[in-house]
Amino acid sequence: MQEDIAARVRDRVDAIYRSDSRRVLATLIRLLGDFDLAEEALQDAFATAVEQWVEKGIPENPRTWLISTGRFKAIDRLRKSARFESVGGSALERLEAAETPELDEDGVEDDRLRLIFTCCHPALSADAQIALTLREVCGLTTEEVAHAFLTPPPTLAQRIVRAKGKIRDARIPYEIPSRSDLPSRLDSVLHVIYLVFNEGYLTSSGASLTRADLSGEAIRLGRLLVELLPEPEAMGLLALMILHEARRPSRTTASGEMVLLEDQDRSLWNRAQIDEGVELVERALGSHRFGPYTLQAAIAAVHAEAVNPAATDWTQIVGLYDVLLRADPSPVIELNRAAAIAMRDGPEAGLSRIDAILARGDLTEYHLAHAARGDLCRRLGRVEDAIGAYSRALELASQEPERRFIARRLEELRLTSPR
Amino acid sequence: MKYLCLIYDDEKQWVKFPKEVQDQYMGDYGAFTESIKKSGQYVGANQLQPSDTATIVRSRNGKVSTTDGPFVETKEQLGGYYLIEAKDLNDAIQVASRIPSARSGSIEVRPVVERPA
Repeated sequence: MQEDIAARVRDRVDAIYRSDSRRVLATLIRLLGDFDLAEEALQDAFATAVEQWVEKGIPENPRTWLISTGRFKAIDRLRKSARFESVGGSALERLEAAETPELDEDGVEDDRLRLIFTCCHPALSADAQIALTLREVCGLTTEEVAHAFLTPPPTLAQRIVRAKGKIRDARIPYEIPSRSDLPSRLDSVLHVIYLVFNEGYLTSSGASLTRADLSGEAIRLGRLLVELLPEPEAMGLLALMILHEARRPSRTTASGEMVLLEDQDRSLWNRAQIDEGVELVERALGSHRFGPYTLQAAIAAVHAEAVNPAATDWTQIVGLYDVLLRADPSPVIELNRAAAIAMRDGPEAGLSRIDAILARGDLTEYHLAHAARGDLCRRLGRVEDAIGAYSRALELASQEPERRFIARRLEELRLTSPR
Repeated sequence: MKYLCLIYDDEKQWVKFPKEVQDQYMGDYGAFTESIKKSGQYVGANQLQPSDTATIVRSRNGKVSTTDGPFVETKEQLGGYYLIEAKDLNDAIQVASRIPSARSGSIEVRPVVERPA
């Protein structure tokens, strides 16, 4: 009987750890003013819960119980260390002087936002922002983050230690940015989430084309952000990620070969995700305060809604690229626009635009620019030019499935070549 | 908390500016300094002579060597500093972004180590 209760309590504590440990941590960081102290307090609080809840029952509000227990445990720790060494004295005085904090629901949700904005502070390097966000906000272990980014765990651990050191020593505040700082600070958060997603979706090198775990983590983060801060661009990014995710099953063959959008089996696309993505795009567009993420999501939505490649509304896609190019001018977007124009007006129209980009000296080292050029030359029957462009693309591509795809195209072309 | 804002700018460019532009810059600096004195964030500041006046001093095993500085040729040189009092890094970044040279060069913001008196 007693063992039954103990097992039930442990299950419950595990479940609460999964659902609420990040919330508890976010609030403890605010109350204690220190990441490491808060992490120790979090572990202490959950360990105490396992012991005490068996005897005294599960408290009415477990989260509040965990937060205040964690806070007391941290004060205990500081008292003990203050007895042996002089450090921790001022933090202890400050904590002892503070009243037991009120913990309302809104306050706890604000703490989660504070944690996100602090982990994605632009004064930290991009690598550190990603590592810290996955570790602290998502609750991944250092080993898990290291594995996902193909980084040795000690290197990653060091990166996290340095980032926490900078937050403490340079005094990066634990706060939600002011209205005037919000757009640029939100950009930095969105960028981190998108990098995590892309790392899972299009790993920059290596044999496997997708690492679903990271993409799933990025989508969870995106959802959390939209829930806490329903800004149009946060919705746009979430929509973009979900719409890409919806096509995941058709992007590769069972043997891991890449399949182009036009050749994908659209019956494999996840309709529920597409519906959700489209709805988010419409909400974001309706705000009239949208930006590049929403526009990219809108383009992905047009593709997702076409029942077959021929039904794709290329006029609308070119129009969206026009707006995107004004909002976020970049050669890569120009390249994508040229490819869309080729679909709308024919290969010649796209090719002249790609040649103009390359002639300017932009994207000359970007494999997809040469692959796109090769494809258009192939469609025009300019076999030798197509072989030249694909050969250059193959020299520049680093990802195995892409390399195999380009190599296949080259082989096909050489078979049709008169020489 | 105190932060040191180190001002880096292209000093070769500076001497090429016409006098009106230099005057305008100095006027902007004066106004900026005044504004952070008013807000209580000013602790100290100095403009430095150009980097070709620098001397590098080392003492090794009691032997002092001096060489003409700086050690490395960089595009931007340290030209001066502000020592400021700020609530936190965001506050310090806000102040640093208003230093006139932030528009042409860059400002390095470094927290000052605080020791109990």
